Amino acid sequence: MKKQILALALCLPLWAQAQVLDATASRLDFTLTQMGVPMKGSFRAFKAEVNFDPAKLAASRADIRIATTSIALPAADAVNEAKKPDWFDVARYPEARFVAGQFKQLAPERFEVRGKLTLKGVTREIAAPFTAKVQGKKLLIDGVLPVSRLAFNIGDGSWRDTETVSDIVKLNFRLTLIQP
Amino acid sequence: MAAKAYAPLQVCLHWLMAVLIVATFAGGVYVAGLSLSPAKFRYLAWHKWAGFAVLLLVIMRLAARLRYGAPALPGHMSPLAQGAAHAGHLALYGLMLAVPLTGWLMSSAKGIPLVLFTVVPVPDLVAANPELAERLAFWHTLLAYTLAAFIGLHVLAALKHHYLDRDGLLFRMRLRQP
Repeated sequence: MKKQILALALCLPLWAQAQVLDATASRLDFTLTQMGVPMKGSFRAFKAEVNFDPAKLAASRADIRIATTSIALPAADAVNEAKKPDWFDVARYPEARFVAGQFKQLAPERFEVRGKLTLKGVTREIAAPFTAKVQGKKLLIDGVLPVSRLAFNIGDGSWRDTETVSDIVKLNFRLTLIQP
Repeated sequence: MAAKAYAPLQVCLHWLMAVLIVATFAGGVYVAGLSLSPAKFRYLAWHKWAGFAVLLLVIMRLAARLRYGAPALPGHMSPLAQGAAHAGHLALYGLMLAVPLTGWLMSSAKGIPLVLFTVVPVPDLVAANPELAERLAFWHTLLAYTLAAFIGLHVLAALKHHYLDRDGLLFRMRLRQP
């Protein structure tokens, strides 16, 4: 019994640090360009285990898991297309993941995260600048990251043509984390 | 006394729009049948650019019509035939405005902004709304086919005047008069 209490007590600080994602105030959006036309989409379902402390960057961690089937686009036929093997191949790759453990401060409230993005079975190291603002018990994280879709074979086959659909897709992420 | 022919600006606009409308209609029918592909994106963009050009040209055309008017119809035409000709032309002007406008509205409602020639952004007319987009798609198609039908009648009427009545009506749409 004493041992168990001791174990619990040891675990407590770790558990207490975990920040909870406020899903209703968090978004993963992206903008692609099609014949010069910006088209917005988003991933509706994702989980984020983030422990970000601006004062303790070395101990900060982020692990974001995105359900690729939750992709949303302006048109129903575009959503169907995006789930096919040429695009996200959601049947084989239902999850995209970003795991990061390297944070750097760029300016007050401005940081850079470096981590591994796994998309459609391809893992690449990426770095994204973001802002982190404390609002009472909330930590607001906002960032934009241009990603090459072709680096992850997103939009394969005839879709590799970047004259119609641009290679660069702008990812916008907003995470609202509730501090313990 | 009214002039025998339309002003040169009106004649140029008429024939330019004739070519553009036929091409845009054919392209629209073709693209509607395509499944999603880079080609569809490309042709759909061309269709929208051409449609927007038609809208700008028809506005110029209406301004020119107000400024220069129209030549008189041949004297042999009955009041009923003259009325039908005016009504037909009015319908053509209305449809030439309505078809590109519903297309533009539909693009906005679908949440896909119009960017002319990949560089010139055009403001959205309405906010994204899938239900509205579907209704607009129906009207855009219906009005486009109605315009095609009226253009068909317009061409038949012009040919009747030229080959059956031999009244020289077609010369109203020529730059150089015989």
